[in-house]
Amino acid sequence: MLSHKTIISTLLSILLFLPVFAQADNLMPTVPKAKAKANPETLCVRDVKVMRTNHMEFLMHQRDETMRKGIRTKKDSLAECITCHVSKDDEGKFASYGDDEHFCSSCHNYAAVKIDCFDCHNDKPTAASKTGSTVK
Amino acid sequence: MKKNIPFIAIEGRSSGYYSLLALLGAFILASLGAFYYMEHHGHYVTGMDNQIVWGMPHVFAVFLIVAASGALNVASISSAFNKKAYKPLARLSGLLALALLAGGLMILVLDLGRPERLVIAMTYYNLKSIFAWNMLLYNGFFAIVIVYIWTMMQRNLGQYTRAAGIAAFIWRLALTTGTGSIFGFLVARQGYDAAIMAPMFILMSFSFGLAVFLLVLMASYSWTERPIGDAIFNRLKNLLGIFVASVLFIVAIYHLTNLYEAQHQGFEAFILLNGGIYTQMFWIGQVMIGGIIPLIIFYTPSLAKSRGLVGLGALLVIIGGLAQVYGIIIGGQAYPMTLFPGKEVIETTFADGAIASYTPTLAETLLGLGGVAVALFLVAFCVKIMNFLPASLADKDVDPHYKAS
Amino acid sequence: MTQPVNTNETKTDLYRRQFLGKTAAAAGFALAPGMLLTEIAHAKPADEAVSTKNRWGLLINTNKCASGCTACVTACQVENGWGEINKSEELSRASQKAVWIRKVKLKDKQTGHVQSLPLLCQHCEKPPCVDVCPTGASFKREDGIVLVDKHICIGCRYCMMACPYKARSFIHETIKNQKVHAPRGKGTVESCTMCAHRVDNDGIPACVEACNAEGHQAMYFGDLKDSNSVISKELAKNGGQQLRADLDLNTGVRYQGIK
Repeated sequence: MLSHKTIISTLLSILLFLPVFAQADNLMPTVPKAKAKANPETLCVRDVKVMRTNHMEFLMHQRDETMRKGIRTKKDSLAECITCHVSKDDEGKFASYGDDEHFCSSCHNYAAVKIDCFDCHNDKPTAASKTGSTVK
Repeated sequence: MKKNIPFIAIEGRSSGYYSLLALLGAFILASLGAFYYMEHHGHYVTGMDNQIVWGMPHVFAVFLIVAASGALNVASISSAFNKKAYKPLARLSGLLALALLAGGLMILVLDLGRPERLVIAMTYYNLKSIFAWNMLLYNGFFAIVIVYIWTMMQRNLGQYTRAAGIAAFIWRLALTTGTGSIFGFLVARQGYDAAIMAPMFILMSFSFGLAVFLLVLMASYSWTERPIGDAIFNRLKNLLGIFVASVLFIVAIYHLTNLYEAQHQGFEAFILLNGGIYTQMFWIGQVMIGGIIPLIIFYTPSLAKSRGLVGLGALLVIIGGLAQVYGIIIGGQAYPMTLFPGKEVIETTFADGAIASYTPTLAETLLGLGGVAVALFLVAFCVKIMNFLPASLADKDVDPHYKAS
Repeated sequence: MTQPVNTNETKTDLYRRQFLGKTAAAAGFALAPGMLLTEIAHAKPADEAVSTKNRWGLLINTNKCASGCTACVTACQVENGWGEINKSEELSRASQKAVWIRKVKLKDKQTGHVQSLPLLCQHCEKPPCVDVCPTGASFKREDGIVLVDKHICIGCRYCMMACPYKARSFIHETIKNQKVHAPRGKGTVESCTMCAHRVDNDGIPACVEACNAEGHQAMYFGDLKDSNSVISKELAKNGGQQLRADLDLNTGVRYQGIK
């Protein structure tokens, strides 16, 4: 049996902490919207939930496939992620990795996950080379 | 039967001891600062470039790694070759070997372009790479020497000391062979590509390692006011002399072989005659300072009587050793690779056919010195917390039958 | 693989049909410049791995290589975003900046004969850089192209010590504005990729394209394993020497006319 005391204190503490829960919503990262939906059903190249939790594995897999075997399919290509997800700000400039406005760092800053992709890879969409763009 | 000499940790409470730790600590901090500076900005702040890709950090690192395996020799002589007189020195010998290797590896790792990827170096192995072999050899060396020291320090494990000592001796030979082969197996460059690199590095390790050992021993005994008798001191001094002479011998063979072959004559002229700083490093640094002067000191009875002069001789061996490693690493890269035999490159945007110049910056030199400081700090620290040093190395304790000649 | 096997087969069949069609169409141009032939000869679907069926190579005819012409170098810079093209590599000294391909002019010490040629990664069959790399970052693709996997390069520079051609560069500072297909970054080593991104998409390396565009036609690109390729035929007919042939590395880049 719960005593009155317990019930009251529980209710009180919920009331006390409610403002915190309400604010937590604002503390979540603001992830920029993608320019297009790669797949109208899943909204991204795969289900968004799957992408959120597993994108690093797809990227790693694709990284080795492309690097070692010359497989240049677009689905899990980092360049494709960047092209679709990194957008321009009001002044027409792309955000850089590290900014909260950059798709990758918007979340990585929040989660404090350090990556070194952009030590070498371009963090902004660019026009692909003439022949490089003719992927089948 | 003589009683065993007790091993007693140094007191380590004097202001001198703390000053030493503080000085070494300052060098270590400076090297960490240099590391941060180099990694933050990139290697453009160093004197290294795409012609001289390995610079001052590698000179210090290779010297320390080579000296590390050599420092273990004293222990090997006692355990593997059963010379009782060296037994009191075996613990310090093992400790110094570990400390020098740690210092050398620290430099190598901190100089990497991507030091934060050290875990990759430990998890992705290309087994055809001599570097990868060396990583296994270094780690194995730490493990074996730690076990070896343990068998010496733990009373009931004494029966295993000999086996551990032999294993450590074999391992250290393999390790230095590996270090020498980093250069010996490079077919591309005139100064390398020689199997003699491996035995040359082994002899260098004997010499550099013992010189460092002798100096560390002299310093620690003089600062703690413990005696070292002539019996052990003269043995070490004479042994060092033999090692110094054998390095000169194998270096002579290496250059004579090269001189005989037309395709290596350009490189030899560069090192021996007209290479500027590298020629000076060779004749003045390596041969005179690191070879002939120490030999004169060690084998002229009137000079060898002075402990101070013998200590100076050991210091000169170290300086000459650094000059030798500098000549091998930097000189070997500065001399251009022959891509087009019989042709002269009259235009290029990448310094083909030209002798490369290298001016080390303060940062990379501090990083190198930091490795030395780490090694010495580890020794100074460990002899305080554990029983590494024999209470006395006086003649009556080491060898009661020793008679001064 | 998520796709059913039969889809794959259908796709391969389709690819074969296209390939045959193209080959037939190209038959009339059997003597056309190597560019056209090579482009058709190795069409590969994007999801197919490169294989040992091919070995890509370059043949450089130094007699046709014009002294003072740097079209190949400029084209490589534009394609891969290094040199003057990439303004972010500005703090490095000249000797620290990356060089993927360079022109050298040689003079014979005995005869005084002067000639010029481009020097780049020789894409060895037995590359010393791959042997010495501790992590396996330096590697050779099945089709013979030698690359640096910057994801696992620790920046030790041992490959640069080992390369007989000084073909590799270390990146000494932070790089920005990389080309999508040519990632470059501080603390890693890089070199000519034989434009693998173009080759994988049926293209030819930018340097070869530029040399042809200049009308010099001093560079051929093609499959050394295909005895019908222009490069193989030319090599069979007129030969082609390796640089540092004494090292027996069986380079994928060959030269004609070094004398």
